[in-house]
Amino acid sequence: MNLLSVNNLHVNFHIKGQDLAALIDVSFTLNRGERIAIVGESGAGKSILGFSIVNLIDKPGYIKSGSIKLQNKEITTMTPRLLQEVRGKRIAMIFQDPMMTLNPVLTIGAQLVEAIRSHTRISFKDARNIAIEKLHSVQIASPEKRFNQYPHELSGGMRQRVIIAIVLLLNPDIIIADEPTTALDVTIQAEIIQLLLDICRDNSMALLLISHDLGVVSRVAERTIVMYAGRVVEEGPTLEVINDPQHPYTQGLLNALPQMALPGQRLNQIQGNMPSLNERPTGCAFHSRCPYATDKCRQQQPDFIQSGVSSVACFMVENMITEFEQNTDEESL
Amino acid sequence: MRHLKKDIIPPLQESRWSHIWAGFLGDKLATLSLAILVFYCLVAIFAPLLAPYNINSPNFMDLTNAEIAPSWISGDERFLLGTDDQGRDMLSVVLYGTRLSLTIGICAVLIQITLGICIGLISGYLGGRIDNFLMRCADIQLSFSTMMVAIVFLAVFQALFGMDMYQQLAMIMLILVIGLAEWPLFARTIRASVLAEKQKEYVDAARIMGISPKRIMFKHILPNTLTPVLVIFTVQISNAIVAEAALSFLGLGMPASDPSLGALISVGFNYMFSGSWWICIIPSLTLIILILVMNMLGDWLRDHLNPKTYRD
Repeated sequence: MNLLSVNNLHVNFHIKGQDLAALIDVSFTLNRGERIAIVGESGAGKSILGFSIVNLIDKPGYIKSGSIKLQNKEITTMTPRLLQEVRGKRIAMIFQDPMMTLNPVLTIGAQLVEAIRSHTRISFKDARNIAIEKLHSVQIASPEKRFNQYPHELSGGMRQRVIIAIVLLLNPDIIIADEPTTALDVTIQAEIIQLLLDICRDNSMALLLISHDLGVVSRVAERTIVMYAGRVVEEGPTLEVINDPQHPYTQGLLNALPQMALPGQRLNQIQGNMPSLNERPTGCAFHSRCPYATDKCRQQQPDFIQSGVSSVACFMVENMITEFEQNTDEESL
Repeated sequence: MRHLKKDIIPPLQESRWSHIWAGFLGDKLATLSLAILVFYCLVAIFAPLLAPYNINSPNFMDLTNAEIAPSWISGDERFLLGTDDQGRDMLSVVLYGTRLSLTIGICAVLIQITLGICIGLISGYLGGRIDNFLMRCADIQLSFSTMMVAIVFLAVFQALFGMDMYQQLAMIMLILVIGLAEWPLFARTIRASVLAEKQKEYVDAARIMGISPKRIMFKHILPNTLTPVLVIFTVQISNAIVAEAALSFLGLGMPASDPSLGALISVGFNYMFSGSWWICIIPSLTLIILILVMNMLGDWLRDHLNPKTYRD
């Protein structure tokens, strides 16, 4: 059974009388212990997807339609009290900037204990023991000492470890990590990613990694979802998506990696910008930047089709597949 | 990019507060002010032990001793600061008066702070219509001056329940009136800080951890908003003491049988030009020094706790 299933999720923002779509028809499932990456440019709706899974979209945003089910329990219609139970206990979230996510005026220990005690009736001493054990499990040296320190006394990597410890406190089933390493330097990034990976494997926690670092994604995630302008454009096993990208947008993203350019040449990039929410073009949102765009792309939104083990929403891929099938049919005749 | 800089420099062993405390001790004026304030507080707390006479004993008022000048003028060793028009020892009366004034001031501000924190937090955190409603209430409250509200309220109370009842309840009434009249100051300050804090990611993180709004407000956001509150706190205590003194001076505050500093000044003012100046001047000086040191401390705190002027 699926741990989390998101079906036809639409999230809109109601701004100045306009109803702007931020997420359109997003569907995916997450199994117990599975690690999924969501990639895409800034503004593709990755973070909004993360927040809507815990039903925490602030006004003017709202979930327009669709369902988010956590083990058959609908999250979109839950009462605030039940939601509080889900948040933290079942689904926890790690943010981008560890400088901002910890409360500057409370000690590390106070924040850890607070997180436990807001969910379970437990004495301070017991909570402290759990907290120190978790700090230990995220490889923080001398956790008893750190327990009484303030966030500003820790380094960036250390803070992100503390945040991971907070997230682990209540043994959630799902961790949503919203660009957990963007604010860290490269060596620390590798350590934090390894830590996250180990933790998810050891505790069979599911991970939803929101990232635009394809290197990180290829190391961590089993499946990858590519998003563009609020829609899923490609979904498949990470290796397939990275080695054999189907959608022109995914191809463009991979082409833009510095490793893909020849020495001495300009780096590749996808021409143009992602359309803003109020200027969404008709048809496939990517058509204005797509080298393969046809008239059909400008008028119609492509449906998902199965291409190998991935599913893709693109007319170009669809045409290629039908041509290929016709050819093989002819040959077999 | 301030936090980046902090990452490179190894964190100081001393906390921000010990840093501020060191700066405080370096400032002679501030240290002197605090010393005087502490002296006042000790005097207020230990007034019953320090006062040479028990003001509650029937012998305390003796009209044969009325209007004796301070001992350095009259040479009368019994009364260091002289006596008032009813023969009460000025030193004892001023000690008790200080005690009363400080008690009323602090209690009134505690009411203001409690109301202000609750209303400010709710208003800022929940926002929307609740915020609008509460802030319009604050506007209405602020549009009446404190003195006007207090005068009308206390005068009506005197007229309705009579002087006897009023004298018994005078202290509680003063605390309530001054406390209720000025909550919007705290509420607005806290609301403004909450609005800024609410945007920060640690609030999102706390919400995602499933922490209830009440806990987020009081345990996570409130500690981040207390710095400006501390500054207003000191200034407001001196304001409350002054308000109490002014009301007492107008005859709407503490009764003459149980005088605060303001009531003493009010009584003494009648003798100002009849030669018995000390009845008015001594409590006046006591009040002025108290208010002065509190305002100096408030100013110092404002200068040094303001993040814009705070440098490390």
